[in-house]
Amino acid sequence: MADVEMVEAHSDTADGSGSSEYVEFWIDLFLGRKGHEYFCDVDTDYITDRFNLINLQKTVNKFTQVIQYMVDDLDDNSLEQMSSARLEQLEHDACKLYGLIHARYVITIKGLQKMLQKYKEADFGRCPRVYCNFQPLLPVGLHDAPGQDCVKLYCACCEDLYIPKSSRHSSIDGAYFGTSFAGMFLQAFPEMVPKHPVKRYVPKIFGFELHKQAQVARWQELQRVKLEQKLNAKGVNGGYK
Amino acid sequence: MSEYIGDNSRTGSSDESGPFDEWIPSFCARFGHEYFCQVPTEFIEDDFNMTGLAQEVPHYRKALDLVLDLEAMSDEEGQDSEEPVSRSIVEHAAEQLFGLVHARYILTKPGLQAMAEKFDHKEFGTCPRYYCAGMQMLPCGLTDSLGKLTVRLYCPSCQDLYLPQSSRHLCLEGAFWGTSFPGVFLKHFKELEDYVDRKTKETYQLRVFGFCISDEAPSGSRMRWLRQYPKTEEELAELEACEFQIPEVQ
Repeated sequence: MADVEMVEAHSDTADGSGSSEYVEFWIDLFLGRKGHEYFCDVDTDYITDRFNLINLQKTVNKFTQVIQYMVDDLDDNSLEQMSSARLEQLEHDACKLYGLIHARYVITIKGLQKMLQKYKEADFGRCPRVYCNFQPLLPVGLHDAPGQDCVKLYCACCEDLYIPKSSRHSSIDGAYFGTSFAGMFLQAFPEMVPKHPVKRYVPKIFGFELHKQAQVARWQELQRVKLEQKLNAKGVNGGYK
Repeated sequence: MSEYIGDNSRTGSSDESGPFDEWIPSFCARFGHEYFCQVPTEFIEDDFNMTGLAQEVPHYRKALDLVLDLEAMSDEEGQDSEEPVSRSIVEHAAEQLFGLVHARYILTKPGLQAMAEKFDHKEFGTCPRYYCAGMQMLPCGLTDSLGKLTVRLYCPSCQDLYLPQSSRHLCLEGAFWGTSFPGVFLKHFKELEDYVDRKTKETYQLRVFGFCISDEAPSGSRMRWLRQYPKTEEELAELEACEFQIPEVQ
């Protein structure tokens, strides 16, 4: 992947305002920045297709200029004329818009394929739960509107939500991945759904289980058995291990 | 031994009092040893508390002297009795010995108090699960013998086990906290259970464009039971039936 080299080459220009001096594309610079490991690269064709941008116009000022800036279509003259404050604003808007387009892109076939590659390489981290055995995670948002909550990670093994380990990831807006991504991903690649571990932990004192906790654990196991039987009756494999 | 963290508030006073570092405070202040609490020397000096440890740790006598800072004295005595053991081996044995005593100490009343203080300060980290909302975790071993498994963290809220977030805690021996610690801690501090009961029992469900996924789909919900708690009367009756074993399902 090209963005690996980018990290080294451009980590010092993290503010991105100097990007026009380099031949590299804005998107590559964006992806190479520290903390942006969760993003996949969105095709320029996808960004420039107006149909994909419906309802995004109002999210940023000077929409067309921001789009041009993202795909490096803005001529150098107009960039040089801009004040540094405007450039900063432009960079900020571009990041936001890229995130929102990204949320749409990752649920297309092409986007899902790119995310599959990242999932296989565990770019989103691994599940911290002991019995999930380092299952790779998937990013999800809890809201589709930006500025509400940060990105969360979904484990397909225990079907639970986790907070990203590193603070530079937990500050990414959840809307940049969208609420539907994880569901769409597992629907598109059912072979990626892992076997669900049945094993669980009950606190013990000198080898004896705590009664209250063990009783609830038995009840939960009963619910699982009931679900498995219901699924089996319908000819569906529960997928437990 | 180059990894000492600068003065810690607890070790500060003892460091200043003499030119030499006491072994226990300096061990607990070491980088990555944040999960340990300081075991008082009186506890270690009591032979009853050390029952059986001589068989588990090599060079027991020397290791014990090192932990209790009695080095100088034993060197004079030991010269004629046996060949000298290299310092690093004794150091390693001392760490194992201290770890095993630590596992015993944290089950006593003062030990639990000391650990509760660390628990309150979130020194063992917080649960990574989103709906646990930063619940503090407890260190826990999965075996009581040395060299088998590293330490795990138990979240009292979701009652699950997690790996420590930081790699410096991933290599700590699980037996240094023991298998019984979270259980004893829960039983000793009853208020923790009430606190956990009041926490949200919300769970996450996968959705596509706002629609839930059917149970029959491969990606359908299969693990809901893990975070499910009895609520309705029917479920509570089921819970009653689960008192000693899982009843047969028709």
